[in-house]
Amino acid sequence: MTLRSSVETAAISTAAVLVALLLFGGFAVVRGLDPLEVYRVLYLGAFGSWFAVQNTLTQAAPLMLTALCTAVPARAGLLVIGGEGALVMGGLATVLAGVLLANVPGPPGIALLCATGAVAGGLWVGVAGALRHWRGVNETISTLLLNYIAIAVLNHLITGPIRDFDQVLKPASWSVGEHLRIGDVPGTSIHWGLVFGVAACALLWVLMRGTTFGFAVDILGGNVRAARMAGLPIGAMVLVACFLGGAAAGLAGAVEVIAVHGFASSSLVVGYGYAGILVAFLARQNPLAIVFVSVLLGGISASGGLLQRRFGLPDAATLVLRGLLFVAVLASTTLYGRLRVFRRP
Amino acid sequence: MTDHPKLTRRQLLATAGGVIATGVVSDLVSRREARAAVKPITVGFIYVGPRNDYGWNQAHAVAAKKIARLEGVKIVEQENVPETVEVEKVMEGMIHQDGAKVVFATSFGYWPHILKVARKYPDVLFPHIGALWKEGDPKNTIGYRGYMEEPHYLCGVAAGHMTKTGKIGFLGSKPLFFIFNNCNGFILGARSVNPKITCQVVITGDWNNPVREAEVTNSLIDQGVDVIVANVDSAKVVVENSERRGIYTCGYHTDLSELAPRGFLTGAEWNWAAGGQFVKAWQTGGPYTNLLRGGFRQDMVAISPFGKAVPEDVRAKIFRIRQGFVDDSFKLYRGPLKDNEGNVVLKEGQVIANDDNKFKLAVNFLVEGAIGKTGLKK
Repeated sequence: MTLRSSVETAAISTAAVLVALLLFGGFAVVRGLDPLEVYRVLYLGAFGSWFAVQNTLTQAAPLMLTALCTAVPARAGLLVIGGEGALVMGGLATVLAGVLLANVPGPPGIALLCATGAVAGGLWVGVAGALRHWRGVNETISTLLLNYIAIAVLNHLITGPIRDFDQVLKPASWSVGEHLRIGDVPGTSIHWGLVFGVAACALLWVLMRGTTFGFAVDILGGNVRAARMAGLPIGAMVLVACFLGGAAAGLAGAVEVIAVHGFASSSLVVGYGYAGILVAFLARQNPLAIVFVSVLLGGISASGGLLQRRFGLPDAATLVLRGLLFVAVLASTTLYGRLRVFRRP
Repeated sequence: MTDHPKLTRRQLLATAGGVIATGVVSDLVSRREARAAVKPITVGFIYVGPRNDYGWNQAHAVAAKKIARLEGVKIVEQENVPETVEVEKVMEGMIHQDGAKVVFATSFGYWPHILKVARKYPDVLFPHIGALWKEGDPKNTIGYRGYMEEPHYLCGVAAGHMTKTGKIGFLGSKPLFFIFNNCNGFILGARSVNPKITCQVVITGDWNNPVREAEVTNSLIDQGVDVIVANVDSAKVVVENSERRGIYTCGYHTDLSELAPRGFLTGAEWNWAAGGQFVKAWQTGGPYTNLLRGGFRQDMVAISPFGKAVPEDVRAKIFRIRQGFVDDSFKLYRGPLKDNEGNVVLKEGQVIANDDNKFKLAVNFLVEGAIGKTGLKK
C-alpha cells in the first residue's frame, strides 16, 4: 500500500464517519435533543474517562477476532459470515478441553485451551470452505446456517450432557478450573482478549502483506481464473483462509470462556460474530484497520448506555448510529479512485 | 383612660403584615431546611428488555417513574441489557458515570452479577426482584417480591362472575412454584363464585414465545374457554387475541386495559414502586430489610383498573376481598383443599397464612378444578 492510497483510505473513511455522525445529529434533532450535547456524551461514554476507555477496549476485544473471521476469507474472495458459530464452537471446545486438562498446570494449560478453541473455530468455518471448494456450496449461506447449528449444539449441550446443575439461574456448562482462567490485564478492567485481538490482527496483517501466501490469496480474491492459470493451489488456499478466519473467531470464544464467563452458556451468543462482519467491512478487510474500527465500534457500544441514561433514548439509538455508519462507509467505497486529489499525477 | 394605646389602621396593617411576613419567611426557611435534609440521590434502573413491552419490563418502568417522584430522587434508565457480564458493566457505568447510589437491576438472572458488583461497591444499594437474598450475602443487596397469587385470586373472582361457559383458562410460562401459586389463586377465586368452574392450564415452557401463546389462546377459546389470564413475560399477544375473538381476559405484570377495551376485566399487577422504601432508607440512613415478600398487606401487589364489562356489585365484592388481604382477615389457602389429582392438600380447618413462605415456595400442585398437569416429576 502506497502512502497515497493509505491517505486516501484514511480520508475517505474519516469522511464517511463524519457523514454518519452528521446524520445521527439530525436524528437527535428530530428527537428534540441538542446534537452537540449528544456528540459530547458519545465522546464521554466512549473515551471521556479511564473508565470509559476500559469499557470501550473491552467491547472492542472480541470484535477484532470475529472481524478477522470475515476479513481473512474475504481476501480470498469469500463472503464468510460464520463468526458467531465459530465463536460458539470455540467456546464449547474450550470448556471440554478445560475439563479434560483440569490437572494441567496454568500456563501450558491456558495455551492449550486457547489452541483448542482456535482449532475448533477453524475447523467449523473450514467445513464451509471445504463445501465451497469441493461441492460448490455458497459459503455465505453455509456459514449462516452453521451459525444456527452451532447455537443449537450449544443449547443442547448446556441443557443436558455438560450442564452444571449448581448453576440454577440459567443453563450453563461445567466451569473451567480457576487455574486455567486468565483475568484482566493487571491494573485495569480490560481482559486479556484485547492483547490476543491486537496480536492476531498484527500477525494476519504480516501474513497478508509480507508473505507469498498473502500475495497469492490476494490474487485468488482478485481473479480466480488468473489464480488458476498461475497454477496456485486454490483448494488449499480457500481451506487455509477459512481455517484462519474461523480460528480467530474460535479464539474469541476461548477468551470469552477463560477470561470472562468461566463457562459456556447463552452468554456466548450476544452478536459479537455479526458485529464482526460490520467491522470487517468498515475496515475494508484490512487486519490493521480492524483494530481501529473495533475500537470505534466498541466506543459506540460503550457509550450507548450513557446515551440512554442521559437522554432517555431507547436502546435502538446506538443501532441507528451503527446502521448509519455502515451505510455511509459502504457508500463511500464508491469514491475510491475517483477523487482527483488521490490520483497519480 | 388617656394613655390608652390607639392602634391606627396603618399600624395594624403594618403589624399584621409583619407577622404574616415573618411567618412566611420562617416557613420558607424551615421548608428549605427540610429539603436540605433530604439528600439528593441518583437511582439507576436496568431492564432486560424494552421498557414498553406491556409486561415485566414495563411494570418496572412504571415503578421507576413513581420512584422518580420521591423527594431528591433522580433516575437513570437503561434497557435491553443482557443477563451477562454486560450488566456488571452497566451497573458500574451507572455508579461511575452517573453517580448512582441505588441500582435496581430488574431481571431475575442479574442476581449473581449483582452479588459480584455489590461486594465491590459497599456504598451502593442493590435491590433485586427475585427475593433470592440469604444470610451471608452482602448487606447492601436486597431481595423483594410480591405475592401475585393474591391479585390472581381477585382476577379469578371477576372471571367466575363473568364466565358464561364455566370454563376459564390459565396460560403459564415455566413450571415454577410462583406460576402454580398464581394459577391456584386464579382457580380458587373463580370457584369461590361457582364451584363447578373448571380451568384449562397450559404451560408453554418459555417466558416469551408469542407464536405458541397465540396458538394456545386460540385452542383454549376453541374449547369453550371464555376468560384467560396469561403468566408470560408480556401477555400482549394473549390479551389482544382474546379481545379479537370476543372473550374476556385478565392482565398480568402491568395495566393492560388499553389492549382490550371490551373484554378486559382486571389484572394482577406488581407494585415494584414499593422499592421506593429502600431508596428512602438508603437516602436517610434508615433501616431496611434484606429480604421482603409481601402481598396487598405490604402494598407490594395491585389490581388493574376494572374494564367496563365488570358490574358494580362484582367490583365492590373484589374490593371487599382485597381489604381482607390488607387486614389479613382473608387467607388464600384454606382447607379442605384437594389438588387436581384428588390428593388432600389441606384438611378441614387447616389454614395457611398469607405470608407462609415455606408453604408457598414449595407449591408444586394445581388445585381441584384445574385441567392440566404441572409437568413436574413428583
